[in-house]
Amino acid sequence: MTAFSEDQIERYSRHIVLPEVGGRGQRKLLSASVLVVGAGGLGSPVALYLAAAGVGTIGLVDSDTVELSNLQRQVLHTTTDVGAPKCHSAAASIEAINPDVRVIPHTVRLTSANALDIIPAYDVVVDGSDNFPTRYLVNDACVMSGRPLSHAGILRFEGQVTTIVPGRGPCYRCLYPDPPAPGMVPSCQEAGILGATAGVIGSIQAVEVLKLLLGIGASLTGRLLLFDSLGMTFREVQIARNRDCAVCGDRPTITELVDYEEFCGLAGALRSGKELTP
Amino acid sequence: MRGTACPLNWVKTKLQLEEMSAGAVLEVLVDDGSPARNVPRSVCMEGHLLLETSVVSDGVRLLIEKR
Repeated sequence: MTAFSEDQIERYSRHIVLPEVGGRGQRKLLSASVLVVGAGGLGSPVALYLAAAGVGTIGLVDSDTVELSNLQRQVLHTTTDVGAPKCHSAAASIEAINPDVRVIPHTVRLTSANALDIIPAYDVVVDGSDNFPTRYLVNDACVMSGRPLSHAGILRFEGQVTTIVPGRGPCYRCLYPDPPAPGMVPSCQEAGILGATAGVIGSIQAVEVLKLLLGIGASLTGRLLLFDSLGMTFREVQIARNRDCAVCGDRPTITELVDYEEFCGLAGALRSGKELTP
Repeated sequence: MRGTACPLNWVKTKLQLEEMSAGAVLEVLVDDGSPARNVPRSVCMEGHLLLETSVVSDGVRLLIEKR
């Protein structure tokens, strides 16, 4: 068993003294790999806390560059990073916190063509994406490759988070079988978000991932945690695995990844020939 | 572990204990003062057995049995 360096013993001392962690647990973290999809509002606190905790390998999927409006909540990036690829600035922030961590940047958009090339290389996946096509893609790819997934979403003053462990509980499609019609659900860009709400939910995601990696505590499988920051309340909803779920059910009908296209508004819906829902 | 600041005394003791089998005994030498008070307390909280504490010329000697 590889010995810890003096620095590592000191760095991780607050973990090591925990009865549920110890040196054994810290070694598990150092040899684990986690993929964070989206280095934005949710991805930022997740990546920062996982790096601080000593997760050995952190993959980051993000093809965007840092924009000024990101800085209101995306704490991985700083003012001098505006214009830089998010993966690069994220890697720099992570390196500054913990040089033990190896960052693997995936400066791409996840699609049906690459998701199953990227995801299975990791132990756990975190969904920090900001669009429904990616959410469904990540869910389906995780179910198909048997990878646990931390799912979350935020908007305005609210957030939701759950943990998906294929084979042990429901997946995202058990809860929401199909994506909403394009334009039905606003983005943070349109509706706004209280920045710190992303921090609360992303931090919960980081805790869930660490628990999964360490094999401790009770995870949010089968539980959807709903957060309202205005009222400062947490509410929990039980979710059950749907035996007829299209991707994780007894007889799956979705056996290949789907690229849902995200159209913007009226013109998009007409182009696709779909009927507009009133 | 003379000259070591807390909590590293306990952290290093714990890391040693993790590698041992139940029933094995670990001898630890710590500074008098905080380490000599803190380590025994942590040993017991973690469920191990403090067999013996003795003052020696350069500190405090602890004998710990791993449970």
